[in-house]
Formats: sequence, structure tokens, C-alpha cells
Amino acid sequence: MTSADISAELISTVADAFERGTALEIQGGGTKQFYGRRPSGSLLRVKGHQGIVNYEPTELVVSVRSGTRLSELQQILAEAQQMLGFEAPAFGADATVGGMVACGFSGPARPYHGSVRDAVLGVEIINGRGQQLRFGGEVIKNVAGYDASRLMVGAMGTLGVVLQVSFKVLPAPEVTMTRTFEMSELSALEQMNIWAGRPLPLSACAFYADRLSVRLCGSGDAVLAAGREIGGDEEHDAITWWESLREQALPFFAQEEPLWRLSVPPATGPMNLPGDCLIDWGGAQRWLFCEYSAAALRQVVRDAGGHATLFRGGNRDGEIFEPLQSVQLRLQRELKRAFDPRSILNPGRMVEGW
Amino acid sequence: MLQAESRRVRGALIAKLRDILPRQFVLTEAEQLRPYECDGLTAYRQLPWIVVLPSNSEEVEKILALCTARGVPVVARGAGTGLSGGALPHPHGVLLSMTRFDRILSVDRANRTACVQPGVRNIAISEKVESLGLYYAPDPSSQIACSIGGNVAENSGGVHCLKYGLTVHNLLKLEVVLMSGESVTIGADALDMPGYDLLALMTGSEGMLGVVTEVTVRLLPKPAVARVILAAFDDLAVAGNAVAAIIGAGIIPAGLEMMDSPAILAVEDFVHAGYPRDAAALLLCELDGTESEVEAGIREVTGILELQGATEIRVATDEAERQRFWSGRKNAFPAVGRISPDYYCIDGTIPKKRLGEVLTGISKLSNEYDLRVANVFHAGDGNLHPLILYDGSQPGAFERTEALGGKILELCIAVGGTITGEHGVGVEKLNQMCVQFEMPELDQFHAIKKAFDPAGLLNPGKAVPTLSRCAEFNAMHVHKGRLPFPELPRF
Repeated sequence: MTSADISAELISTVADAFERGTALEIQGGGTKQFYGRRPSGSLLRVKGHQGIVNYEPTELVVSVRSGTRLSELQQILAEAQQMLGFEAPAFGADATVGGMVACGFSGPARPYHGSVRDAVLGVEIINGRGQQLRFGGEVIKNVAGYDASRLMVGAMGTLGVVLQVSFKVLPAPEVTMTRTFEMSELSALEQMNIWAGRPLPLSACAFYADRLSVRLCGSGDAVLAAGREIGGDEEHDAITWWESLREQALPFFAQEEPLWRLSVPPATGPMNLPGDCLIDWGGAQRWLFCEYSAAALRQVVRDAGGHATLFRGGNRDGEIFEPLQSVQLRLQRELKRAFDPRSILNPGRMVEGW
Repeated sequence: MLQAESRRVRGALIAKLRDILPRQFVLTEAEQLRPYECDGLTAYRQLPWIVVLPSNSEEVEKILALCTARGVPVVARGAGTGLSGGALPHPHGVLLSMTRFDRILSVDRANRTACVQPGVRNIAISEKVESLGLYYAPDPSSQIACSIGGNVAENSGGVHCLKYGLTVHNLLKLEVVLMSGESVTIGADALDMPGYDLLALMTGSEGMLGVVTEVTVRLLPKPAVARVILAAFDDLAVAGNAVAAIIGAGIIPAGLEMMDSPAILAVEDFVHAGYPRDAAALLLCELDGTESEVEAGIREVTGILELQGATEIRVATDEAERQRFWSGRKNAFPAVGRISPDYYCIDGTIPKKRLGEVLTGISKLSNEYDLRVANVFHAGDGNLHPLILYDGSQPGAFERTEALGGKILELCIAVGGTITGEHGVGVEKLNQMCVQFEMPELDQFHAIKKAFDPAGLLNPGKAVPTLSRCAEFNAMHVHKGRLPFPELPRF
């Protein structure tokens, strides 16, 4: 695999942009450019910063440069029968580890195996002053200093250019099995959450068009016993289906309207919203194609205890993310200032103006 | 502050605090303040100026707003079981005791969450939801006494965190009062929140960023079966290899704990757990899951332990025996307390594969400082707790102990580890922070603090050392293997 350390070049570019106060648009593989508010600034390409820096399967830790392709990392982990537990979507062959962390997307396994941020143990970043900083490390338990590592997940590069990340990895499951059930949305939501409250080796639960799909994974014995317990029909060609769900390649995702991502408490009942809806994460993540007014939609989701993100399409100069209430907004702006005082890193990608 | 001026400011503050709280919840007399002078790190003591005991977030808001207006520092305190002096009072500050926030507010069975006040004890949550087949996973060894607010402040772990995560992995939402007196919700009842991940930032922030007044935790289904294996080794390094072999085989034990000979002997004398007294190292490996899964796992781990050269392997046959095996490990600290007038607990974390050399290094340092050390080790996650035995009544003994502790932590940094896995920096490890982090990193921490608490009134002086302190410390010490001012000739 390729290995190249271009951190010196990246640091000098950021330091120079800080001096001049000019904006940088940080880019890895460019596969998630559709996401967030419209980017601006001169392009800072990170994908040349590649390579696995340290991988010790028995430590359950891998440290990798941010420009490394996600597929390469997954390949190396698979060779040691390990994996990233959060099953990150790539949205393209060029997806990089840095982009995965910056966007913070987790796949169908998220409710059961944790999210991207749950797996992050440490980072090396360049802040908006052009300083190279390391936080966290390669150990699972670490409370020395504030947790600035997990803060980078989902920050879309606005707090720092991610140079390197250390992840906790998991053993790959011995066996995977998918069971399917015909049922209504209401019953499916109830059933997924009843099972999640029992000691079952669940690794995904999704529902669309009267069909509930449940994935079990773990040791052979545990999966077989769980399959018997929950019943349903065994789905033999399920791997492709779960991959297509993760990569948004199912026919469902080919619709014209804007795609909303609703993040709600998992046991929230069917949401009375217009449009076509697919339920993932055991009820906690719902994909909705609809032209409904953003304000009205957000109110419904807020009332359910969640938040809505305009994931694809729609007006990218507007509010893509849930607007924050005043104290929260001030804290986030101050935090941005603490990392990037001249607002040169991906300005406006999350919130208008900074 | 001059004494007369200080007395006047304090008097006026007490009067204002009594407008907010009933008289009995504003403590001002020395004998009332005494119980708050230290936390679990008893070597550091400071009588607080005033202690207040609010019971709802409106009171906390008013107290913090008042203290901000008057420029008075505030230190929040939970159950006081912390081991790094994080709740050490400020001599001219208000100590905010959160013990009256002691209610479990609601349990949501369908969503598997519980909303609790920060003064609720860790174990009380699991007890409350046991009948639902659920539990709260992080289980620090102080779980019968420590409160969930303190767990958030320190990102507490426990013996099961390799498999089930730390506090940060088991939280959904916090209600927080900022030093300004404003309340803010951080996190959500959903699995993620919009904007930056302030929930991760708050967790483990040692009471420096805000005061937590409500905590929503994630509950997990209780595993059907849990069984534990005890294995003895005649060599510590061999036991270390066995740990790597278990993880390398793709097994994630629910708990994986190691003890060295001094710890084994102390424990055996205390609780008679049936540990082999002649072992150089003892490993406890717990597996949980379904009946058949655990049985298969026990067979596999037993095979690995035999192959790795364990001198004795015992599988607990019933729950009583399982509890007995664990009783030794869980009583390691008090057991060591019985064989020494005092002990000092260190909290370094290391990559597991460096265990052998770290223990050898600790043994050398132990001889050098002439202080005995017993080691207990969360082997699964690399969190090492060397217990230094000393006699605090001997002049200079504590200073020597602290110096040895500092050296052990620097050894942890040198092998790629960290100075604190779960106890926090507090006041105790400020110097070692100067070794672990570079100046721009510390500067970034101060900038984060300022975003939340611009005047620096919340728990001042803890967790992150000032740059000038580090400049001074580093001038006298080798920093990350480099001497200060390497260009200067040395004689």
C-alpha cells in the first residue's frame, strides 16, 4: 500500500492561510462533497497523506493517516479478521479515512457496535493557526486533557485538518445471518426495540415497505440460537442488501426529492410526515424523501426528541443542519474560535458565517 | 486578598447565597466545612470558603450567576470518591456539593434509557432497572459510592469497559449549567446531536466546563450468562502474552484483569478468595453472552491459557464461586490498605504489549525509591494501577511516594501510554501533563476552557497546567526524552 507523509506541506499551507486570513476547503477523496453547506475557499488536498502508521491486532488499535483510502484500511483489518465496528459508508471508491471522520457517518451497525466517534481514540490535527496538535492516543482509556479527539468527528474539518486518527477495532464476527419479517411499520418499530432490550447479538435492524430485516452476528452458537429465538425467514443474499443500504444504493435512494436524515429516539412511533421513509438503526435513523417545508419537518422531529439534517439535495446555502438554540450556538461558535480564530477551515460548511 | 477584605466579601456572599438557598444548605462554620476539605486523594486538603448544597438546577443557575458577578471561583463535588483531587476546594471559593441531586427521574424501557440526577450512585441505576433485564454498563470499582455526575466528569471506566465502553459510550444527554448561570442541553435522546460533539467534550472534562445537573444514560440488556476463569502464571511476562493471545484470537472478554504477586498475597490474606499464593501473576477472564456462546468461549480461552503456559486454570462452577473469584480483585485496594499504613494509587495506561517492560521498570523504580509496589491491571484495556505502599507518618515519605508515582507515569508516556486512564488529572498529575503534551496543545486546552468559562472561575487550577508551570517544570526535567535547551553544553 502507498505510504506518504505530507504533513509538513499541509501545515505550511494552513499556517500561510492563517497569516493571510484566506479560506481553505479541505478535501479527501471528494466523495462526500454533496454533504453540508456549500464549500468555499482554495482547495487543500489531503488524500496524498497516506498510510497505516501502526497496527497491532492484539492491541485492537490502528493508527492511520487521513488520506488513506477507507477501502485500503478495511482490507488490512479484514486480513487480520478485524473491522471498524461502525460500518462506515464510503459513498465512492475514493473515500478517505479523514473524510469518514470529518463527516462522522456510521452504517447500519451503529446502534449495536457504536459510532465513528465511539471508536476514535486519538487524533493528530492542524488547527486554524497552522499548529500540529495531538490529542488522545492509542490506548482505550485516556482522560488526560479534554477529549478533543472525538470532537473532530462530524466537525467537517471546521475545527482542524485531520492528519491522523487512531481507532479501536473489533474482531470480525464469525457468522452473520439475516432474518426478515413481513409486518407493519408500527409493529416493526415495537419489535426492533423489544429485541434490542434482550441479550441478542443484533448488528442491524431496518424496515422498508412492510419488510423488517434483522441482522445477527457473532459466534456461530449465539447467532443460531438468536435466529431460533426471533424467528422470521432466513435471507440468504443479505450481504449485498446491507451494503446497498449503507451506501445508499438501494432503489429507495434513487428518488428526486431532497433526502432528509431524521435522528430520533429509536422507539419513536411512525412519524406522520409526507414522503417515502426507510427506517435504519433499529428506529433511530430514518431516511425521508420529501419536499415538505424544512421548518415544519424540523418541528415534528424536534417534538419527537430528535433533529433533522438535509442530507442530499435541497438548498445548500440554507440551513442544512438543525439550527442551534442560542446558548448552544454561542458555545459552538466560541469553540470554533478556539480552534480556528480566523475562520479559515471550511468556513460556512456547517453554519453560515463561520 | 487582605484578611479584613476577604472576610467582608465572604460575609456579603453568604448573605446572598442565603437568599437562594435555605439556611441549612449554606455551610460556613469550620466544623461543617471540614468533611469537604478533600476527596479520595486525601494527601491534598483545603478548607473551602463556603459550601452550598443546592437541590435543583434553578438554584445552581443562581449560585453560578452570583459567583460570576462577584468573581468567586466554584468547585463542583459529587460523592467525593475521586482519586486525583479534582474536587479539592478553592480557598476563596464556593464548594458546590451535588449530593442532594439524588433522584432517578425516569426510566424509558422502550428506548432503554434512564434520566437521573448527578448525585445518584452508579450502582443505583443498575439496581433500579434490574427487573427490566437492563443495566448501566460502566462499573468503576467505587460504584457503590461514586455518583454518576462524577463519572461524567472523569469518564469513568471499570472492569467491563473493553467490551462495553466507558462513560462516554454510555451517555446520551446532559443538562449543564455554565459558569455564567445559563443552562444548556448537550446531546439528545436520539443517538447523535447537531453541531459539534459537546457530549464527548464534556465527558472527562473534570468539572472545568460546566456543572452537570441531569444525566441521561444508555441501558444495555443484561447478558444471559457470565462465567469467569482464573489462571495462575509463574511469570508476569507470560501472563501478558496470554492476554495478547486471547485478544488476538478474536475474543473480547467482558472483563480481563491481572494482579502481581504482592497484590495476590495482600488480597488472599484479606478475603481468602482462594488465589494460589505462589503465583507470580493471576489472570481473571470473564466471558458473557448466551449459554452456548459462553461455554464455547470458556473452552477456547482455557485452551489458549494452557498453550500459553498457565500453571493453574480454574473455571468458576457457580455464581458463588464467580463472586469469590471477583471478590479478591474488587478488594485489592482495601487489601493493600491492610498491609501498609498508607497506599497511593497510580492510574497509567499503556499499550498491552509493553506490560513486561513497564513492570520491570516499576520494579527498578520501586527499589530505587525504597517503596513497595503492588500492581493490579485492567489487562484488557491496558489500564495499570500500581499501588505504592508507604507510611505517611514518616517525614518525607509522601513526597518520595509522589515522586515515584510521577516517574511511573513518565514511564507510561515513554512507552506510548497516558498518565491517566480513568482517575483524571485533578491537581495530582499537573506536572505530568507538561510531559505528555506540548505547549500548543496545552494552549488549545486553555482555549477550549475559555470558550465555556471565559473568566476561568469553574474549578480553576485543575486538569490543565498553566504554560508557565510547564515551562518551569520542563526546564528541570527531560521532556519526551529530550533535554531542555539541548544546544547548551552540560557538565
